[in-house]
Amino acid sequence: MQVPVDLGLQAKPKGPDTLIDVRDMRIYYATTAGEAKVVDGVDLRIYRDEIFGVAGESGCGKSTFVEGLLRLIKLPGYIKSGTAQFFPKNVEGKEPDEPIDLLKISQQDMRKLRWKHIAYVPQGAMNALNPVMRIDDQIVDAIHAHVNMSRKDAIELMLKQLNMVGLPPYVANQYPHELSGGMKQRVTIASSISLSPDVLMADEPTTALDVNIQRIILQELKEIRERLGLTIVYVSHDMAVHAELADRMGIMYAGSVVEVGTTIDIFKRPLHPYTQGLIKSIPKIGGPRERLVGIPGLAPSPLAWPSGCKFHPRCSKAMDICRQVAPRLGVVEEGRQVACHLYETQPKVESENSERTLSEIKLHV
Amino acid sequence: MLLPALLEADNVTKSFMARRRPRVGVGQADTQRAGRVQNNLRDGMINAVDGVSLAIPAEPTLISLVGESGSGKTTLSRMLLGLEKPTTGTIRYRGKDIFKLSKEEWKVYRREVQAVFQDPYAIYNPFYHVEHVFKMAIKHFKLADNAEKARALMEEALRAVDLRPQDVLGRYPHQLSGGERQRIMLARIYMLKPRVIIADEPVSMIDAAVRTLFMNILLDFRDQYGISCLFITHNLSTAYYLGGQLVVLCQGKIVEQGDMDEVINNPRHNYTRQLLNAVPSGDPEKRWTTKLTLEELNAY
Repeated sequence: MQVPVDLGLQAKPKGPDTLIDVRDMRIYYATTAGEAKVVDGVDLRIYRDEIFGVAGESGCGKSTFVEGLLRLIKLPGYIKSGTAQFFPKNVEGKEPDEPIDLLKISQQDMRKLRWKHIAYVPQGAMNALNPVMRIDDQIVDAIHAHVNMSRKDAIELMLKQLNMVGLPPYVANQYPHELSGGMKQRVTIASSISLSPDVLMADEPTTALDVNIQRIILQELKEIRERLGLTIVYVSHDMAVHAELADRMGIMYAGSVVEVGTTIDIFKRPLHPYTQGLIKSIPKIGGPRERLVGIPGLAPSPLAWPSGCKFHPRCSKAMDICRQVAPRLGVVEEGRQVACHLYETQPKVESENSERTLSEIKLHV
Repeated sequence: MLLPALLEADNVTKSFMARRRPRVGVGQADTQRAGRVQNNLRDGMINAVDGVSLAIPAEPTLISLVGESGSGKTTLSRMLLGLEKPTTGTIRYRGKDIFKLSKEEWKVYRREVQAVFQDPYAIYNPFYHVEHVFKMAIKHFKLADNAEKARALMEEALRAVDLRPQDVLGRYPHQLSGGERQRIMLARIYMLKPRVIIADEPVSMIDAAVRTLFMNILLDFRDQYGISCLFITHNLSTAYYLGGQLVVLCQGKIVEQGDMDEVINNPRHNYTRQLLNAVPSGDPEKRWTTKLTLEELNAY
């Protein structure tokens, strides 16, 4: 049972710097065992020019959420409902302020947006490189697939991109097997942002890499953001990486967003019991060695989410209401949303005329 | 007086033949493929592990082996597991060269030294139910003489790693998550009660909550059953959590080793410091303030 509340969904979603406004996104998989509600009602707003971190355990739907925004869901998966208003700059044949609903447009229209406006670095992206093509041919091909550009310009652009991620020009002439995992990952990042997209969706881009290379890639993403004014949606299960990179964060659990806030707020005052558990399971170096407890229990199955709040079977603070009523994501304070019965929330997504500007939210090192 | 080592690598070197093809011309910014230019790399031998001595003592210990990719961690672990023969030097188990063991001794070694590998997806045969890994071990080491006892052993082992037998048995590997598969490997190990676990990056592909669980199981195994572990990782924060001894490997050589707290609090080698600094602090107010450059990274 859900309590119907007015989330302010009917209000015009456009704030001054909203880039993507996701409302009630649902992506289901029709399996023989029933309907797997992998993404089950995501409400999120991503601002232009920020690094937004999406965190959660494996199986919480964070990758599917990003694939949904890129319309890469394959059967038996399908988009059940929801909207994702996208406000890109300079799309051909569109008014500047006219939003595009990413969940509704045709695949042909989506093809025109991909890479040029929405770039994607998928999980294990380094395996996306063609093993029998040199790096330069792959990137130039990709550029030509999306824009009209002379070969000479495309090569120049490619070399500029490689330089931006700290790769020497001779990498262009090599085959993927001649590069290390970290170099391949940087090639895919360089390639994905070569047409200055509005947003880069990076799904676990450093998970298989070692800590030194991870540090270099995180530094580069941050620099690229500063230089190009790129929005980055960074998906990772690693909270420590989000602490290093993200301006704002969304925590996902069991297919929906349970908490949104600035990275500082999330780490210093986590509200949702699940977020608290995630932060407690970050291993620290130095200081007393305490046994971490993690989060007890296992992640539930998308085929049968628990009733009420999906986290209640694993939650130490569960009350009677949690077993019956699913909490909706609501505003607790300026720029802070949580879906939990422990908190009094205002039933609307976010104030339209936010007092805080993005530069206040952003963390600068 | 220390007891003699259970498993030790004595001055072990492993060389691989590295073929360096002539590479393509570099630095021509305007055109690519300006012509092939020979550079100064030649075919030759590369020492993946270079004169390493390491001992896992007889008393229960956790030893963490850290280093970046390419530092020789995996090659060393494969030699300790007897999967790779050292070019020079010897691997000894209870004082005997493992490549000169009798058939019976080899079987004991195989049972007492167990492995957990990095990729929990690659180790299962997709055509068999997951209990196949238990059944093979039971059959090979003759742990049970009938199906009922075998089933009881499996269930006990699964409970020891916080898995419910009914959730796991009778399933195919693809129906389980990475963390569940990795814990099933620990359940198999629990069943065999070995002396040493060699775990090569076991937690790098599973997420935080399961990672904690996995490491806690390793700690319990040491404390309750006296199982030692060589824990191989590139992430110092997981190594620190386990405590025990720390061995830092760089380009096939040990550059620093000692008690975990001592090394972490007072690292002597620059390479150890670099590894320490590359671990994200997990605190958004303590972000990196300096930049790690590629030159620094390639300095070692």
